[in-house]
Amino acid sequence: MDVVLDNLPAFLRGTRTTAELTVLSFLFALVLGTVVAGFRVSPVPPLRWLGTVYVEVFRNTPLLVLMFLFAFGFTKIGIQYPFFTSAIIVLSVYTGAFVAETVRAGINTVATGQAEAARALGLTFLQLLFLVVLPQAFRSVVAPLGSVFIALIKNSALAATIAVSDLTFLTIQLTNSTSRPVAVFLGSAFFYMLLALPSGWAVGWLERKLAVRR
Amino acid sequence: MRRHRWAAAVLAAMALVAVACSSSSKDTPTVAGNGGQTNTTVAGNAKPTFAAGTTMAKLQAAGKITVGVKYDQPGFGQRNPTTNQIEGFDVEIAKLIAAGIFGGTAADAASKVTFTEAQSANREPFIQNGTVDMVIATYTINDTRKQIVDFAGPYFIAHQDIMVKASDNSIKSVTDLNGKKVCSVTGSTSATNVKAKAPQVDLTLFGTYSDCAAALGDGRVVAVTTDAPILGGLVSTSNGQFKLVKAPFTDEPYGIGLKKGDDAFRSFVNDRLEAIYKSGEWASAFSATLGKIGLDTPTPPPVDRYTAGATATSTTVAASTTSTTR
Amino acid sequence: MTAPFIADALGPRGKRRVLLASVVAGGLLAAMVVVAFLRLLHKGQFSDHLIAPLRQWSVQRFLLLGMVNTVKAALVAMVLAMAVGAFLALGRLSRTAPVRWLAGFYVEIFRAMPLILLMFFCALGLPKVGIHLTPFRSVVVALVAYNGAVLGEIFRAGILSLDRGQSEAASALGLTYWQSMGRVIVPQAARRMIPAIVSQLVTLLKDTSLGTVVNYDELLRRSRDTGTFYGNTLQVLTEAAVIYIIVNFTLSRIARRLEVRQRRKYKAGAITVTGVEDLAVVGAHAEAAIA
Repeated sequence: MDVVLDNLPAFLRGTRTTAELTVLSFLFALVLGTVVAGFRVSPVPPLRWLGTVYVEVFRNTPLLVLMFLFAFGFTKIGIQYPFFTSAIIVLSVYTGAFVAETVRAGINTVATGQAEAARALGLTFLQLLFLVVLPQAFRSVVAPLGSVFIALIKNSALAATIAVSDLTFLTIQLTNSTSRPVAVFLGSAFFYMLLALPSGWAVGWLERKLAVRR
Repeated sequence: MRRHRWAAAVLAAMALVAVACSSSSKDTPTVAGNGGQTNTTVAGNAKPTFAAGTTMAKLQAAGKITVGVKYDQPGFGQRNPTTNQIEGFDVEIAKLIAAGIFGGTAADAASKVTFTEAQSANREPFIQNGTVDMVIATYTINDTRKQIVDFAGPYFIAHQDIMVKASDNSIKSVTDLNGKKVCSVTGSTSATNVKAKAPQVDLTLFGTYSDCAAALGDGRVVAVTTDAPILGGLVSTSNGQFKLVKAPFTDEPYGIGLKKGDDAFRSFVNDRLEAIYKSGEWASAFSATLGKIGLDTPTPPPVDRYTAGATATSTTVAASTTSTTR
Repeated sequence: MTAPFIADALGPRGKRRVLLASVVAGGLLAAMVVVAFLRLLHKGQFSDHLIAPLRQWSVQRFLLLGMVNTVKAALVAMVLAMAVGAFLALGRLSRTAPVRWLAGFYVEIFRAMPLILLMFFCALGLPKVGIHLTPFRSVVVALVAYNGAVLGEIFRAGILSLDRGQSEAASALGLTYWQSMGRVIVPQAARRMIPAIVSQLVTLLKDTSLGTVVNYDELLRRSRDTGTFYGNTLQVLTEAAVIYIIVNFTLSRIARRLEVRQRRKYKAGAITVTGVEDLAVVGAHAEAAIA
């Protein structure tokens, strides 16, 4: 275990980068996913089509393929960002597809009576979506979104393949330079759990706070 | 009835696992037969005998050698999708050394070589872990690396050069790069070297040389600098858009990475290198691979039979492992 | 295609608004497609020396054999992971506390670790302690370790989703714990879990692409090698993405149809798998909730 303690600064740096990647990507994915979910339930056919294509493409393509495509393929057409930014863009767009599905499921849980009442009151689609449906959908969407967040912590590790110095990247470096790989690996597991467990608890707390008391 | 279906499913699953696990050795592409790359001017060697306990004896007994090469470096190590073979100068050197262990011509020995991709950052770990028996992958010899691995050779001295647009005649040497926008790769020795030779250079750093080539095509930079062979590869795939300035500066000795401390093996490889220098096989291998992308065949460099110092092991992250040096 | 949220018919003003929005949205989309197309054209990405290699059968064959390797690793990992998952599920439901803790500990560790790190560990860490795995085995071991944990949770959720009455009735009839498990609980739970298992297979197919980083010779690896050889990275990776999309989309549809059929035939609902943070599971949930 001294291996881990000797290299604590490296581990902490990596954990911090992983946390940054996760949080930033999650925020963008939330916005993107909610918008796309809105597209998928809207009465405008081209938007519905766009939303469906987006979700199906990004749910069925491996994240690593997307990462390489964006970081190494798009440079051929002049689109090139620093690796950290590229990682965030790819992670956001990928996770956004899953957020969209989750939010859409949440929208479905809101009783249709709500939508009908809103329509009866003369609200437009956008008004009813943002003022009536989404706030109520939010409650049932918290737990799955928490899962998405924790899954994102793990997916952020793929940024290591495009040279972002996150926890996985530093773990690999450390594994290569020591003779105690198992200790390093367990140390890394510890730090990943350090990120995942509190997130799980936070989500559980949030869920309980938002529980509907009937 | 249902129970029989479950049992059948379980049996099928186990059979599947068994078949898949047993045929897993077909994953890595091996070099089969003569890829038409070398003209051996020497008749095949007889199978040599080695002292018991040496690496050469063990490899000969095992009947195969695993070599780490690059899969994406034109001229040195590239995987050809149409044939699923690895082609390149490093590959040919590996085959020639294998011929020294297993006897016969390089083409015969080729079937005994298992190639695996050794990306820059993996070269030392693969040697240390024994994942490969040797690394021939545009591996520049330097003292930092000598603390972790041993080098046989060098088998080639690369020189850093400059690549510009075919129509550009304004850049004739490295000092002309002062004040100009030049591209290289993050953390490479090329970037450090050009800064040393042309301190006022305006350096743009990308992740790969093909990205630099794209920037050159755009006009975002006016030159790309790295080892001449790599540039040669970029020039050959540029469809006539680029050209090499042919004003080399710096020396990059490419060596064969071996496990630290295995002096007998290193000696053997050095002997073998000298043999293929003399026999002309080195030159044929060069013209068949690097020669095809426009490099003139040089005289082979003398091997450096240094005496290794004490082995250094560390349990903390070595400072230089983050750089993508070749 | 998804159904519009507002089920009632729109009046004339609503219809006009939707038409306007459709035209605007459609126009913007078309414009974006044209811009992208022109950009690609301008950068020479449609030029023959980049596309022609892909028209050769030998190159396509090279890529498809990569897909075969992907499927091979995924299937083997699936079978082994199901075995591991079954053990873990039974372990977590065990009445012996230490067994429960051990299984729980395993699940907790592997739930939090990224799969790619597991693969790296197998390829770079294990050799240092003397265990040399081929790339195929590194990929499979990592996939099994991780997905075993996920499937374990799925199995556990499946078993727990059964009505308590089943196990109570079984013990009332005098069956022992193992007999009731084997003859009553597991067969019923297994039926419910099939859609989730097929979804997990889709995940496995996607996760095999991570094998690239440990030199496993699958589709993504071969696509990259082709791209660096011909310089057509953008085109090849796009083709690889399309192949993945087609395969995974088809499998997902099969999973969904199985789910629907199951619901109708056995009146079994979708199982809620808690505590498994895997995007595929979340996605499958969401779909089940919508359907």
